[in-house]
Amino acid sequence: MDMTRMDAAVRIRGLRKDYAGVAAVDGIDLDIAHGETFALLGPNGAGKSTTVEILEGYRLRTAGEVSVLGVDPARGGLDWKARIGIVLQSSGESGQFTVREQLRQFAGYYPRPRDVDEVIAAVGLERQAGTRIAKLSGGQRRRVDVALGIVGRPELLFLDEPTTGFDPEARREFWALIRRLKAEGTTILLTTHYLDEAAQLGDRAGVIIDGRLVDVGPVATLGGEEARVPIVRWRTGDGTQREVRTERPAELVASLRQAPETVDTGGEPVGLEVIRPSLEDIYLQLVHAASAGAAAHDDEEALA
Amino acid sequence: MSTGIMTIGTARVGYETKGYFRSLDAVFFTFLFPLIMLGIFTAAFSSAGEIGPPGAEISVGAYYLPGMLAAGVLLSGVQNLAVDIATEKSDGTLKRLGGTPLSPVSYFLGKIGQVFVTGALQAALLLLAAATVFGIALPTDLESWLTFAWVFVLGLTASALLGIALSALPRSGKSATAVVIPIVLVLQFISGVYLQFDRLPEWMQNIASLFPLKWMAQGMRAAFLPDEFAASEMNGAWELGWVAVALLAWLVVGLIVSRVTFRWIRRDA
Repeated sequence: MDMTRMDAAVRIRGLRKDYAGVAAVDGIDLDIAHGETFALLGPNGAGKSTTVEILEGYRLRTAGEVSVLGVDPARGGLDWKARIGIVLQSSGESGQFTVREQLRQFAGYYPRPRDVDEVIAAVGLERQAGTRIAKLSGGQRRRVDVALGIVGRPELLFLDEPTTGFDPEARREFWALIRRLKAEGTTILLTTHYLDEAAQLGDRAGVIIDGRLVDVGPVATLGGEEARVPIVRWRTGDGTQREVRTERPAELVASLRQAPETVDTGGEPVGLEVIRPSLEDIYLQLVHAASAGAAAHDDEEALA
Repeated sequence: MSTGIMTIGTARVGYETKGYFRSLDAVFFTFLFPLIMLGIFTAAFSSAGEIGPPGAEISVGAYYLPGMLAAGVLLSGVQNLAVDIATEKSDGTLKRLGGTPLSPVSYFLGKIGQVFVTGALQAALLLLAAATVFGIALPTDLESWLTFAWVFVLGLTASALLGIALSALPRSGKSATAVVIPIVLVLQFISGVYLQFDRLPEWMQNIASLFPLKWMAQGMRAAFLPDEFAASEMNGAWELGWVAVALLAWLVVGLIVSRVTFRWIRRDA
């Protein structure tokens, strides 16, 4: 990350987008630094794509301030578009051109494009370079999308759910490619449903729920300290599930040996587990807490 | 920057033309269609003898050639671009291009250039087949060919712009052919492409006169039919001045509607 630059690559203040009076994006503030890889997480329909499409210049905002590479995307001209790369969610283009033809064509739109064959190699499509895109598999077409997004040597790359439909090996290769782009100084804004992807690639992540950014920070700190407290889980003699959160799980487990409920089993609790919440657990907790909060909020409004 | 727009536009002509010939729909329903129809008409009426005023009789195939050339101009411009751009709008092509520094001017140079390359090849193929396979005598005087040239260029430009304008109408790529083909098909029937124009009822001729295809067909007849045939036109003359006026008017309409309606994507959505 380039910490010497004071201006942010992406700066968002009070962003709002209403559809027919209903807020899809409801007051987002966010800065993304030059060279940073930022992962945007959130359930479907939470406002991720709307936010990203406003940053890409595809949608107009209802209110708020947005600056992308120092330019308001609503007024971004061709010079601005030459500095960004966009990988949209999968599209259904007819694909009459070969991988190389399509990349050559797109490379021609940019002032300083990457070498087409290098890009083809970077996304691992050397053997398919002369094949028409229509004949490629879904995962291979997705790699063409990524190749088209990076061929212009963008300063800022938008990746909207880039690895959907990839097999595990292809995902690993894709992550390696993103790390290379990052090493070259590319700023990356990634939306994804895969928490491991966010953890692998993201310097920071943000969680959008119901149009609000409910948490932002390094991926390892999402959800706060308490969300990471280990869980000890076991079943008592009558089969009831017990679950306790504790910073000292070994102590708790040791104490269970003397507990009256384990007498029948010779001091060995049934179904004993010590769980450190995974990123996915923490994320799901955030989503549930936010929707419960929203429901409570709605109830209050109904009462008032 | 403007040289870049021209360079990229020129590069897109080749790219678009390649895409056109790789699309079977376009090749069959746009490129070869007039040729196939001319073949069918020539074969179907091969025993019907010659038609036309005494002293200037020609074969049925020769009579239909100008109509098929006009139909080719309409198909290569209107049908081709309206379906093509509507499909590109709905399948994500335009959204992707809208995220690149490609200028819409370059994009349209590519589209209109493609229309001219494919339209010219189509006309050349029709004329070649007419002269060799169907045994139709082509004009030998320069004036006829000049008439053909300006009617072709003006008609194709107007058709291309009207195709871009019409591409705003279909709501999805799938419905594009269902919206566009009936329009151009009806126009072909009432404008003297498949049915002899002077045999149509006057009210139908009047309706056809509101649209550009009738004027293209009339201009093509002026270029390819003997002068004696002028007497059976609506006002007993070729009226090339009115052909030019009508096509120019439609060209302007196409230009304005395209300019007003075209967007890479709807940003207010």
